[in-house]
Amino acid sequence: MKKLINGVDNVVDEMLNGMTAAFPQYIERVQGTDVVARTGAKKTDKVVLISGGGSGHEPAHGGYVGRGMLDAAVAGAVFTSPTPDQVYEAIKATECGKGALLIIKNYTGDVMNFEMAADMAADEDIVVEKVIVADDVAVENSTWTTGRRGIAGTVFVHKIAGACAETGAELAEVKCVAEKVIANVRSMGMSVSPCTVPAVGKPSFELAEDEVEIGIGIHGEPGTHREKISSAAATVDTLVGKILDEGIYGEGDEVAVMVNGMGATPLSELFIANLRVKEILDEKKIRIAKTEVGNFMTSLDMAGFSVTLLKLDDELKGFLNAPADTPAFKQV
Amino acid sequence: MASKVYGCIAKIADSIIANKEFLTELDREIGDADHGINMARGYTEALGQLPQDETDIGAVLKKTGMVLISKVGGASGPLYGTAYMKAAKAAAGKTELTVQDGKEILEAIIGGIKQRGKAERGEKTMLDAIIPAYEAYAAAADGGKDLAGCLDAMCAAAKEGVEYTKTIRATKGRASYLGDRSIGHQDPGATSSLLTMEAVRGFVEEG
Repeated sequence: MKKLINGVDNVVDEMLNGMTAAFPQYIERVQGTDVVARTGAKKTDKVVLISGGGSGHEPAHGGYVGRGMLDAAVAGAVFTSPTPDQVYEAIKATECGKGALLIIKNYTGDVMNFEMAADMAADEDIVVEKVIVADDVAVENSTWTTGRRGIAGTVFVHKIAGACAETGAELAEVKCVAEKVIANVRSMGMSVSPCTVPAVGKPSFELAEDEVEIGIGIHGEPGTHREKISSAAATVDTLVGKILDEGIYGEGDEVAVMVNGMGATPLSELFIANLRVKEILDEKKIRIAKTEVGNFMTSLDMAGFSVTLLKLDDELKGFLNAPADTPAFKQV
Repeated sequence: MASKVYGCIAKIADSIIANKEFLTELDREIGDADHGINMARGYTEALGQLPQDETDIGAVLKKTGMVLISKVGGASGPLYGTAYMKAAKAAAGKTELTVQDGKEILEAIIGGIKQRGKAERGEKTMLDAIIPAYEAYAAAADGGKDLAGCLDAMCAAAKEGVEYTKTIRATKGRASYLGDRSIGHQDPGATSSLLTMEAVRGFVEEG
């Protein structure tokens, strides 16, 4: 394993300190915790948004803390949900009377840990609501699985619910908007090469030189199947095809697109992928209101990408285009 | 001098820490390759924080649960943490455990894990080791076996339970994303549960 780190035990701590050192105007670390909060938190009279998860998805989630998006992000160990006490610290550090909305990605551990934190906060009479993002169409949503995973579509939830909260909306309203995003956002990813968790020291799975994994999760979990590598266009056809099969996006609809890099994918390849996404949507007469291309929800050093589509209505579009100023997402 | 209950937790911790890589490797096959790392981190912390001379079994179990909840993360932290907290409630104020106490503790543990994990038997989880273990323990207890005999029966059933997880597909946890591809692999959580039970048995046998 070759990694630019100082020691496997310091990865999260040093990453958080480096991130807050880079962006002191936006974020600061809540002392004694793995929580990153807006600089000068608790000064605004608004519903607070808290998200988080395992580390290794940078710039998620700390990079989305700032005006118009999150109020705090909780970092767990690499690919491991943060613990309830840490999530509770994030709530305590930011909540100012209007309640907190927890934005959770749908993983067994994340849901359990965030729910335990919500129970702890409820004991202190803090009003906490939660939404669970489950946008990954690679996982069949049935009673026979844990349900769909939350992946890159989560960033749209942060953006849109964050803009809603910034207007001074009540907790119920912010939650409702977040749930509308969740109902209309779908994603699917693929991997060209695996990632290596620092503490493990070897790749999370193995792919032959000419093989790719379709339907990969953001923690190196194996996907739905393997196949021989094909062109960027054919790969996009597979991913977007599966997303369109959901039947949510039809002719005349307006969508936001995210082409998300998994961490080790050159931006040139992401742009090439985006070109095919646009061609498909043009053919289907689905209008693109906004496109984001970049590394938004990564998986350490994995190479590959995911595509996310979000169907917009006037309300969601308004919040999507509202200002945001965070380390990793800016909207003027 | 360290209390018996501390000695027992230390024995569990040693086993989990010694099997850190084995558990992580099992998790790498069907999960996200962190089970052993997370559990070892939690138990290492527990060893440091637990009061060595505390004889109240409930108090030590409760503290262990709290440390695991705050240090393990993932799904295992809340699940094992909850298991210890429930066991603590069942053992509150006790300094010795009877065969009957053991049965009640296992019942409480199963109730807690089912509630927190929203899982049932047959979903390729730790419950597939713990529920048959409880049944075997209870049957041995009802048959008049002593504590060592009950723990033997418990561990044998838990081992069979771990073997059983190889034959079924996961419907809970990250392994459920794999569908049928999870068949053939033994569940890491069921395995760490077996290690825990075997450590308890080993501790009792050594007296």
